[in-house]
Amino acid sequence: MLRENQRHFKFDWITIILFLLLVGFGYLNILSASHIGEITSYFDTSQLYGKHMMFIGLTLILIILILSLEAKFYEKFASIIYLVAMLALVGLFIFGKEVNGARSWYGIGSMTIQPSEFAKFATALAVARFMSDLQTNMQTLKDQIRVAAIIFIPALLILLQNDAGSTIVYLAFFFVFYREGLQQIYLAIALSLIALAVIGLKFGVLITAAIAAIIIFSVYFLRRKKRGSILQYITVLALCVSFSYGVRLFYNHVLKPHQQNRISLWLRLENDPVKLQRMKKEEAYNLIQSEHAISSGGLSGKGFLQGTRTTGKFVPEQHTDYIFSTVGEEWGFLGSSGVVLLFVLLIIRILYLAESQKSQFSRVYGYSVASILFIHFTINIGMVMGLIPTVGIPLPFFSYGGSGLWGFTILLFIFVKLDSNKINEW
Amino acid sequence: MRKLLLLTTVVLVGLVFIARLFYLQVYDNSAYNIFEDIAIKKEYNYPKRGYVYDRNGELLVANQPSYDVMVIPREVAPLDSLEIDEFCRLLKITREDYDKKLKRATSYSPRLPSPFVPQLSKRDYAVLQEKMRKYEGFYIQKRSLRSYQTTIGANVLGDIGEANRATIAKKPYYRLGDLIGNQGVEKTYEEVLRGVKGIKFIQKDRFNKNIGPYKDGIYDTLPVPGKDITITIDSELQAYGELLMKHKRGGIVALDPSSGEILAMVTGPSYNPNDLVGRNRSKNYTKLHYDTIAKPLFDRGLLAQYPPGSPFKVMNALIGLQENVIDVNDTYTCRLGYYYGSRKLTGCHHHSNPTDMNHGISQSCNGYFVHVYRKIIDKYSDAGEGMNVWAKHARSFGLGDFLHNDLSVGRKGRIPDGDYYDRAYGDNRWGSTYIVSNAIGQGEVETTPIQLANMTAAIANRGFYYTPHIIKKIQDDTIPKAYTTPKYTTIDKQHFEPVIQGMFDVYNKGTAQSLKVPGIDICGKTGTAENFIKIDSVKTQLTDHSIFVAFAPKDNPKIALAIFVENGYWGSRFAGKMASLMIEKYIKGTITRTDLEDWILTHSLEDEYKKPYSGEPFEINRGAKLQVIDNYATELPDTSGGLKL
Ligand SMILES: [Zn+2]
Repeated sequence: MLRENQRHFKFDWITIILFLLLVGFGYLNILSASHIGEITSYFDTSQLYGKHMMFIGLTLILIILILSLEAKFYEKFASIIYLVAMLALVGLFIFGKEVNGARSWYGIGSMTIQPSEFAKFATALAVARFMSDLQTNMQTLKDQIRVAAIIFIPALLILLQNDAGSTIVYLAFFFVFYREGLQQIYLAIALSLIALAVIGLKFGVLITAAIAAIIIFSVYFLRRKKRGSILQYITVLALCVSFSYGVRLFYNHVLKPHQQNRISLWLRLENDPVKLQRMKKEEAYNLIQSEHAISSGGLSGKGFLQGTRTTGKFVPEQHTDYIFSTVGEEWGFLGSSGVVLLFVLLIIRILYLAESQKSQFSRVYGYSVASILFIHFTINIGMVMGLIPTVGIPLPFFSYGGSGLWGFTILLFIFVKLDSNKINEW
Repeated sequence: MRKLLLLTTVVLVGLVFIARLFYLQVYDNSAYNIFEDIAIKKEYNYPKRGYVYDRNGELLVANQPSYDVMVIPREVAPLDSLEIDEFCRLLKITREDYDKKLKRATSYSPRLPSPFVPQLSKRDYAVLQEKMRKYEGFYIQKRSLRSYQTTIGANVLGDIGEANRATIAKKPYYRLGDLIGNQGVEKTYEEVLRGVKGIKFIQKDRFNKNIGPYKDGIYDTLPVPGKDITITIDSELQAYGELLMKHKRGGIVALDPSSGEILAMVTGPSYNPNDLVGRNRSKNYTKLHYDTIAKPLFDRGLLAQYPPGSPFKVMNALIGLQENVIDVNDTYTCRLGYYYGSRKLTGCHHHSNPTDMNHGISQSCNGYFVHVYRKIIDKYSDAGEGMNVWAKHARSFGLGDFLHNDLSVGRKGRIPDGDYYDRAYGDNRWGSTYIVSNAIGQGEVETTPIQLANMTAAIANRGFYYTPHIIKKIQDDTIPKAYTTPKYTTIDKQHFEPVIQGMFDVYNKGTAQSLKVPGIDICGKTGTAENFIKIDSVKTQLTDHSIFVAFAPKDNPKIALAIFVENGYWGSRFAGKMASLMIEKYIKGTITRTDLEDWILTHSLEDEYKKPYSGEPFEINRGAKLQVIDNYATELPDTSGGLKL
């Protein structure tokens, strides 16, 4: 009986400590980015940092709740949880509240809640449930389409609510599928498509076509024995060219001007200095401020609550999507690379635990958790440092906001629970 | 393999992020500088600039308030055409000026303040102040400008102007729009006069609103007021010198030999220091700067470098005595010049013979001094060594190098040595006969008036001098020790008496007999310097410069001076008369030689200066006609009529 109890509480403390470090450090930075004037009370809920403190308090209760449920519960109810999450997303079209042009919030009294933050763990559960089904074979196109549908539904709903950033997160599942046996060709295709899109936008369709032709026909001539019909190759080339052309069409006619500008700035597409200047003014203000704030931090930063740009609120949305610029300014290179390291360690730890799971459900779910955290981490910090185009998604555990914090906490702690139960799986 | 894709991607992204952070924060980031932090507004508090007094405690330079319209281009709110026109009317500028100024300010920095319209009049300020709130991004900054209590001494006092970008780059204390000493004592005593500005750091938010002192003001400083200084100038003597220099070009430097203090430092032509204050400053400065013919900004007392002519003969007399190659009583017979074999090396004028040292100095005999000079050089087996010894003695009088004093400009002059002629003629391919012009101050020797004045002071002191300087007192501070320590020449004291007697006899029976001042024993020496300019790239000789050095009284000298008048012909003609007048003015306070004064005030050299530019052929020296003027000034220049506070 004692032994049983011990097993019961065998949670992975490394993960939990990394989580606590991120949340705690995140809180300090939110405090710095959001305080106005003197800090009278850390629990002052009229201030954002006070509210966030309250969110953290509720998170702890949430964690206890998640860990006290039976591990089997999550596998059993995966489909239902998924269904509820999707309904919540659909409900937004009717009851949703629009904030900053995105209709992705429910207003309950003075509170707002963002269901897309909860849809992530729900989708991860559903994907894990589906893929761990003995009937499922990821090598077959039929199941590939089915699993794609599971992630496509929330992605589409979120996109329709004008929250493009959160949609991109669903690309994370590619890593999961690949791990679970998706054919190599998909990886090759994915990488090719990214290359085609970037080269097509930057250098034009003609150059893209030329490069693609050289590569494709080299393959044709090198594969003397199994080269097959030349028509196949021409078809591939045609597809490449049309894709690249399609991307341009999409860029020019579907994307909204601010989205165009972000990509244009990132790929340095604009050569007209006047237009470039205007573009920077309109689109890159946040980014420039955030880069300046980070680089002004230097090696060791200006110190907690001492960031002049943070105190002056120079970086808009600094407590949410741009929270990492506070870390950069006040904690310098040492602090910000420390945060990068914490994330990398957390993701690697989850990957390690996922690989050690006995049940496929737990493994797939763990892998999904790692992938989702990874995508958030990469896009958010990459954006704040100007490495990738501006995409508005939060930094897990760090950014201000109840929905986000809770969404990520549930996502992570379901896995902590599943992991603690791996011995019982037998 | 499949397990590794995400793992390697995570590690890779982590590395890329850390590299990017390193680039942004460590590699690309010069240490955090609060002055470049746009989140911190810097508010400066300028202290009072120190006043300048003359040696008798008369206030020369004070301050007056001035109001500048400043602009921060980023914050300028869009105005419609009518509003801009109204604003231009208030500022008294045209619409084109407005656009141009705004563009220039933006190109300097959109977020830092630039001066927009400097130095409003008090009246314009009063009108504008009411309406300033309408024009966002513009504000009025109060500053303190100089107020000259006098119209003299522009070259001595100097001026202050806005620090230019090159200065700002070198001296980070200054920001665009800050004032800095530009010439004269304003430049050399800039840091004393200026004080230290105070600074307040204010935290701003991104809407540029002040949200309180940065870190509760722990970095804020209070301004340190500038210190008052007293300069060595006697403003009455300075004013008199400037009066005498009217209608002439040249320089006067008068020293107190017992201290090295500069009593007067005159340059002609000059200008009213008030011209370089206020809104017309830049227009007037440009005018002065581009007058390349009269060069009013060129301080001739400090910068006019020419062969000194005959005053240099006394130097050769002193060196001859020190090197023991002649005796005071040795005589030489001058046959209208100096002959080397049958070759005449230098000419001379009619005078009685035989010539001893006293006679040589008082009659300014060229032959005698070539004789002495050759004896000095030929005392050594090698002419180069002889020249080096000679140069060492001459240099001990502060010649041939900067004086290292507290004046904003100066020149080294030239005292040639053995190396100099080795370079000119080839090693050892020359001898004393090649370089006899140095005997009479006409060769390669070159000096400035202040160097000649200092040489004269060293003779007056019988063998030492104090570095000529302009500072007498600094409020709550002492003046540099270098100025109060005597510097000894290499000539022994006893050799000076016979030479001084010779200079005294210049007045008694020599070339300056007509310039005696009753009751004052003056010692002096006349001189002329040949000079040439290029007209249409043809080297053309102009009328000689008139040069004079003197000190008085003979015993316990109170004043030593050098005067240089461009194209004044011979030494006693212009410079000598002016020397007597300056000495009488300083020692007696009144002028008894009114005949000399009248002559100087009524004679102008302006026609002489126009000749080379007239395009017509002209005569020089003996052939040149003296210009007499009737509408001359007799009043001293105003020493107290400047702007009053
Ligand atoms: Zn003679």
